[in-house]
Amino acid sequence: MFIINQEIVELTSEKLRQHFGEAILTEEVEMDMPVYTVKKEIIVDLLRFLFDDEILRYRFLTTMCGIHYPDNKQQFGVIYHLHSLENNQRIRIKTFTTIEDITIPSATAVFAAANWMEREAYDFYGIQFPGHPNLKRILNVEDMDYFPMRKEYPLEDGTRQDKNDDFFGR
Amino acid sequence: MDSNNNIKIVDIPEGYSGNGFFATRMDKAVGLARMNSLWPLPFATSCCGIEFMATMAPHYDLARFGMERLSFSPRQSDLLMVMGTIAKKMGPILQEVYVQMAEPRWVIAVGACAASGGIFDTYSVLQGIDRVIPVDVYVPGCPPRPEQIINGILKIQELAHYESLRRRNKPEYKELLATYGIE
Amino acid sequence: MKEDIQKNIDPGDVAGSEIHEFVTLNVGPTHPATHGVFQNVMTMDGEYIVDTEQTIGYIHRAFEKIAERRAYYQILPLTDRMNYCSSPLNNTGYLMAVEKLLGLEIPKRVQYMRIIIMELARIADHNVCNSVIGVDTGALTVFTYMFQDREKIYEIWEQVCGSRLTTSIGRIGGFERNWNEKTWTLLRKFVKEYPKSLKEFENLLMRNRIFLDRTVDVGAISAEKALNYGFTGPNLRATGVDYDVRVTSPYCSYEEFDFIVPVGTTGDTHDRFMVREEEMWQSLSIINQAIAKLDAMDDKETFNADSKAYVMPAKEKVYNDMEALIWHFKQVMGEIDPPKGEIYHAIEAGNGELGFYIVSDGGRSPYRCHFRRPCFIYYQAYPEMIKGNLLSDAIITLSSMNVIAGELDA
Repeated sequence: MFIINQEIVELTSEKLRQHFGEAILTEEVEMDMPVYTVKKEIIVDLLRFLFDDEILRYRFLTTMCGIHYPDNKQQFGVIYHLHSLENNQRIRIKTFTTIEDITIPSATAVFAAANWMEREAYDFYGIQFPGHPNLKRILNVEDMDYFPMRKEYPLEDGTRQDKNDDFFGR
Repeated sequence: MDSNNNIKIVDIPEGYSGNGFFATRMDKAVGLARMNSLWPLPFATSCCGIEFMATMAPHYDLARFGMERLSFSPRQSDLLMVMGTIAKKMGPILQEVYVQMAEPRWVIAVGACAASGGIFDTYSVLQGIDRVIPVDVYVPGCPPRPEQIINGILKIQELAHYESLRRRNKPEYKELLATYGIE
Repeated sequence: MKEDIQKNIDPGDVAGSEIHEFVTLNVGPTHPATHGVFQNVMTMDGEYIVDTEQTIGYIHRAFEKIAERRAYYQILPLTDRMNYCSSPLNNTGYLMAVEKLLGLEIPKRVQYMRIIIMELARIADHNVCNSVIGVDTGALTVFTYMFQDREKIYEIWEQVCGSRLTTSIGRIGGFERNWNEKTWTLLRKFVKEYPKSLKEFENLLMRNRIFLDRTVDVGAISAEKALNYGFTGPNLRATGVDYDVRVTSPYCSYEEFDFIVPVGTTGDTHDRFMVREEEMWQSLSIINQAIAKLDAMDDKETFNADSKAYVMPAKEKVYNDMEALIWHFKQVMGEIDPPKGEIYHAIEAGNGELGFYIVSDGGRSPYRCHFRRPCFIYYQAYPEMIKGNLLSDAIITLSSMNVIAGELDA
């Protein structure tokens, strides 16, 4: 279990509410990590704010991934895990977007590590990141025409003829 | 204690020998030379590659079967050892490497992923390398133990030993290559 | 005449000369020096590298998508195949993440046993990396020496779980069976004999003039850049930042063990080599402490947590006891719902912080299972590390970063 540094977490919540007001939609503590759901328009400013703040110092982007909830109105989400090494505190930031306007501002200006992580999210879910220097597919074949991790696509290879689906219950 | 009794020496083929000479059929001599000095091309992509490294290491020592000299250039190798998962992105490259090899060439598919896609029945993994190149020996396992890999190599040596010198020009072989789109 | 002589370029002066001739070199996916399949298309000015364009994904096996279709205990063999040089680290990390989600309490004995397995995996991983740095500088013999020790570690893992390389060691809640006598014999023999062979390896390479010339000041990166690029593990510690997940957020009773975290200064290849070398000594010390703690415990029988809902009962009980049969059925058929929620758990793997972000919707398989793979994140910095260096330096930088293709693409 990660130990929550209560002081720093309270300071983070206070500063974020002060600075960004209503753009912070929810804040809660999920098991051992504070989680903030924010509006996507301010995400880069928020990351920059947390990076620059002298006390909070969230200067390490642990990981970033996409997620797809087909039943929600805001189907696609991007989840950032930040880590403040000096205060030893981790937080999770989530933003969501609809399928019609599937863009989230790119965080590469703040963290160089976000470069490939955003390419992976684009490759898997089709989320566009305006401001990214080189947004093209990274893990799949270049000319693939669909986004495989979305929930509507199957796992298996579509061109396989020799497997009998009746036995495998797909 | 005489230790020389336990060394296995390659037997000479059938032939006619006399004082200072030995005569046998050409293909027997060539087969013997080929089987004991194959130059492998290790096409190691994932976990099976590490088991191959363990097979080359002194404990299991592949060099005692004649595979001392690994070649990373396809033009100088005889045996293409495909070890590990081949993704669809890698398929054309594998075919390119196979085409660059000169005859006689053999292919051994080491591991479940190379033989049939393995546990990865997904959209991005090639379900067996025999979808892009013809394969001679399959070694199952995930990863196969070094002893199994050596067993596969011995089968390749058997193929190299008894292969007729004119097999490569036969029409069935050319037809097989044509199904893969290789000239 | 004099102008003709001046036009002859001195081979040692190409970088400073005004004549540039750019060549594109494809250090392609099949190359003996790239240990794994990834491609670097390098633009070169003579022997010096101007720029690199990387392509990965040649072994993309869609782990995250497979994980959404498998039960929690079925994802374990997938995690083996990420960093396949040290599978037990990935396995235990994943199991600890799932146990965190389920809220299981793991007994001390199991935690110490897990620490022994994890530190053996760390020794095995650093073994391969350091000997491969040796191979890339031309010292092929060290590889043959170090792989003997890897065989000894394989024998120990084989006694514990049955498999050498892709171990799938452990189950949710602990291990599948208690360790037998042979495991303990092999383990004690290993810790007695390993210091001698590690010393032999060090004598071959550590003060070797040629090796030092090849690796000092090659592929350096500064600490701020490394942190911005998301470096973790030995690559980050070589730059001077002492971030080790075992120390900052201890898991599995690491806080009870006494070890130091080696740190470098310049972040070059030599520092990475030395950090890994010292970590092997530290891992050996941790294993010795764990064996001492286990010998001091009275309990020699526990090998998994006491939870009927998530830990599979022993096969003898399943065939003879009604209750065990029912629990076994419930677990395999997915009738037991894990709690809803999401967790992130990180461990210190061979290459850095290996993280597991699991989102559970109460079903048999996770809704989303994301692996934070250290190789994928720090390999982005490779073009910057080799800019302006020679091609041979670039090859050594690549092997010292310990980029494993399975972890890169997942």
